[in-house]
Amino acid sequence: MYPHSFDYVRPESLDRAVGLLREHGERAKVLAGGQSLIPLMKLRLASPAVLIDLGRIPGLSMLKEDGEFLRIGAMTRHRDFEQTAMVRDRYPLLADVARVLGDPQVRNLGTIGGSIAHADPAGDWGAALLAFDAKVLARGPSGERTIPIDEFFKDTFTTALKAGEILTEVRLPKAGAHAGGAYTKLKRKTGDFATVAAAAQVELDGGGKVMKVRIGLAAVGTTPIRAKRAEDHLKGKPADEAHLAAAAKLAAQEARPTSDLRGTAEYKRAMVEVFTRRALERAVERARGRGA
Amino acid sequence: MTSHTKAAPADGRVRVALTVNGARHERSVETRTLLVDFIRDELRLTGTHVGCDTSHCGACTVLLDGRSVKSCTMFAVQADGASITTIEGLAQHGRLHPVQQAFKENHGLQCGFCTPGVVLAATELLQMTKAPTEAEIRAGISGNLCRCTGYVNIVRSVAAAAEMMSGGR
Repeated sequence: MYPHSFDYVRPESLDRAVGLLREHGERAKVLAGGQSLIPLMKLRLASPAVLIDLGRIPGLSMLKEDGEFLRIGAMTRHRDFEQTAMVRDRYPLLADVARVLGDPQVRNLGTIGGSIAHADPAGDWGAALLAFDAKVLARGPSGERTIPIDEFFKDTFTTALKAGEILTEVRLPKAGAHAGGAYTKLKRKTGDFATVAAAAQVELDGGGKVMKVRIGLAAVGTTPIRAKRAEDHLKGKPADEAHLAAAAKLAAQEARPTSDLRGTAEYKRAMVEVFTRRALERAVERARGRGA
Repeated sequence: MTSHTKAAPADGRVRVALTVNGARHERSVETRTLLVDFIRDELRLTGTHVGCDTSHCGACTVLLDGRSVKSCTMFAVQADGASITTIEGLAQHGRLHPVQQAFKENHGLQCGFCTPGVVLAATELLQMTKAPTEAEIRAGISGNLCRCTGYVNIVRSVAAAAEMMSGGR
């Protein structure tokens, strides 16, 4: 399968990439890891006249704690999250995602920035980043802009990025001492998108009560969504089995799944409850482990 | 086009230079040439197979700077300057790579179509994880489909290769 012909440019600085995007406008597409865009081009569902490859811009691949943040470069490959000890230890939710996204080869090329800019509602990173109070950084002709993750996903395949803007970085709040997270995904087979998936990031206070919690859900709406009622239910409560189970039930009510080849809406809703409960239980377990 | 930017000329062609199995190759190709087609059609290295052509089956797996990738889902020009290993590059001086040897000894294949991709995925796995568990082996080759074996002998072959490479032989 061949895509339509295109012109290929490989800028070596972000400024140049922004300039090229401005120059070519809607005719151009930004190429990150290509694991969504290239299949779309091969199917001729996308036919950009110009491809702007971010692959050689220094500094866009980065995974480090810096001040109050975990800074993640847009071109960081999924595989890097699996293989970075600091991520496994301090941000286990992210390592969970990297173990179940796509398959090993896809994870070696695909990037977090490309994934969220593509904004498939069943994508893994969207729900995961919603579970953190993440910020998305974008660079455009008028400079840099920060977009809260809660405002980033607008609709299916549609984000808050404006024409001419390139996603450059994702920032998460640095993990606290009694914080833990987990990502649980129901999928039919390796490489498939989620039937449903749940991300939970929990922070406990000294007494073991839930101080902060955020829950993100994948594949049960037109965008990845937060389960806010479930979160509210847990805040200030002991992180025990009964409260986690009740929160998971609320998450299932908040989900807006539709029936498709991966299952009926009813089935998915039931699975949201199961997978949210598991994500919360594992997150709490990890938060306790870290606090100890 | 400035010195900071590599661009395709307007005819949609671009020069690509890469090292494949230790040998440097330079070609002028269409920008839309997929890496797998570059390897098969330009370099005539047909051990890299096209199975599904949709990024699912893994038959086109090659190592790009040591990491396994699906060469049907990457343009050749993206690999410009990179070092690639295909199945033809694994054996050294007429001696099979331990992963190849293990597949041979343990009947890790039937029809053989998926084998180049599986062998390369396993090679990457064993570079990262010296003594993988069965679960790690299965996860490591989860991007590769085999429609013959049921994977049992493939998993056995990868385990045997791990043992061979850790000094067993």
